[in-house]
Amino acid sequence: MDSHDLDLDHDSVYDGLLGGDASQWAFGTDFEDPLAGVDTTIPAGVDGAVLAAYCLMLGDDALVYAHRLSEWTSNAPDLEDDIALANISLDLLGQARLLLARAAAADPSVVPVLPDGSPVPPEDALAFFRDESAFRNVRYVEAPNGDFGVTIARLLLFSTHRLALLQRLAASVDPVLAAIAAKGVKEVTYHRDYAGRWFVTLARGTEESRRRLVAGLATVWPMYAELTRCSDVEARAAEQAFGVDPATVGDEVDAVVEHVLATAGIERPDVPASGTGPLGRTGRHSEAMGRLLAEMQVVARAHPLGKW
Amino acid sequence: MTVQPEWPLYEIFVRGKRGLNHVHVGSLHAADDEMALRHARDVYTRRNEGVSIWAVRADLIVASSPDEKDPLFAPAGDKVYRHPTFYAIPDDVPHM
Repeated sequence: MDSHDLDLDHDSVYDGLLGGDASQWAFGTDFEDPLAGVDTTIPAGVDGAVLAAYCLMLGDDALVYAHRLSEWTSNAPDLEDDIALANISLDLLGQARLLLARAAAADPSVVPVLPDGSPVPPEDALAFFRDESAFRNVRYVEAPNGDFGVTIARLLLFSTHRLALLQRLAASVDPVLAAIAAKGVKEVTYHRDYAGRWFVTLARGTEESRRRLVAGLATVWPMYAELTRCSDVEARAAEQAFGVDPATVGDEVDAVVEHVLATAGIERPDVPASGTGPLGRTGRHSEAMGRLLAEMQVVARAHPLGKW
Repeated sequence: MTVQPEWPLYEIFVRGKRGLNHVHVGSLHAADDEMALRHARDVYTRRNEGVSIWAVRADLIVASSPDEKDPLFAPAGDKVYRHPTFYAIPDDVPHM
């Protein structure tokens, strides 16, 4: 391949990937580091412990939901959606990695202590060596996938909410959080688009697809309220201008969801919110969380000195 | 309306970062045209391959048949005078 003149070869779209080093072909080239050139010091007026706690919340939402969505791999209705859901899962995993790393940098005391000589980086220690009660994700993301109808309904509400959140976070006074959010906005915009299109397609498809979607929406709707409840940490993060009070995006999310529901010809579910106050944000999780963590963490925990 | 057992097949063309043309990269099934584009993005551009996608329903493509190979293509085989090989091309002319 060395003798190839890349500018003259248009027979394959893959040729453009070979920036300089052909040995990297399988992984593509021209990667962008979302944190390139970003000042990583904690800004004045920001409490490191609160910043860490806040990053854990956003990071755990992404991490746990990424794990749930990854369960669709090889099980989706068809190959195309298998890959689509895996891509979405990987996008969220990438966000989780950056957010957990930021949490560890802002307050190293949140990172579980591993045996001396362990090569596990702080973000991995946070993901794989924390116990259930230390996770700060909402219960909404830990619930089992259900069928494709439930999955699409859950993804629509989650990505609509997270997109509104990240759009505001892009103006965070913490430059790292702002950069992570800016990268996430592009990813989650696609997730919302994907979920919205499937939502309408299922609603206007067959009798069976519509029935399953309506049932799925009724399943996730009561749990959604938890995403908009503001915990103490989020309130302090908003005060210090690096975070967002999730209640403030409620109206925007509502308007988007209303639009999708109208397009799909589906009525807003009339079901009460489940639970009160922040649940998962204070470490109180549902039964499903323990099993999810067991599967996600078992290999890493068996090898605390392992290199990956 | 009859229920179709399978989604229609789409052929996918991607223009690479440095490519001039869209190039056929494969095919996929999708529920409708817009979903075909989304699926193509997920299936064929997840490793940073492209900057533009075309999706075309496979049944809308008019294709030549292998049976017609001789009448269609063989006659061009011996018309050497149709190739403009008698011109000198300057070194700095690309994409010829």
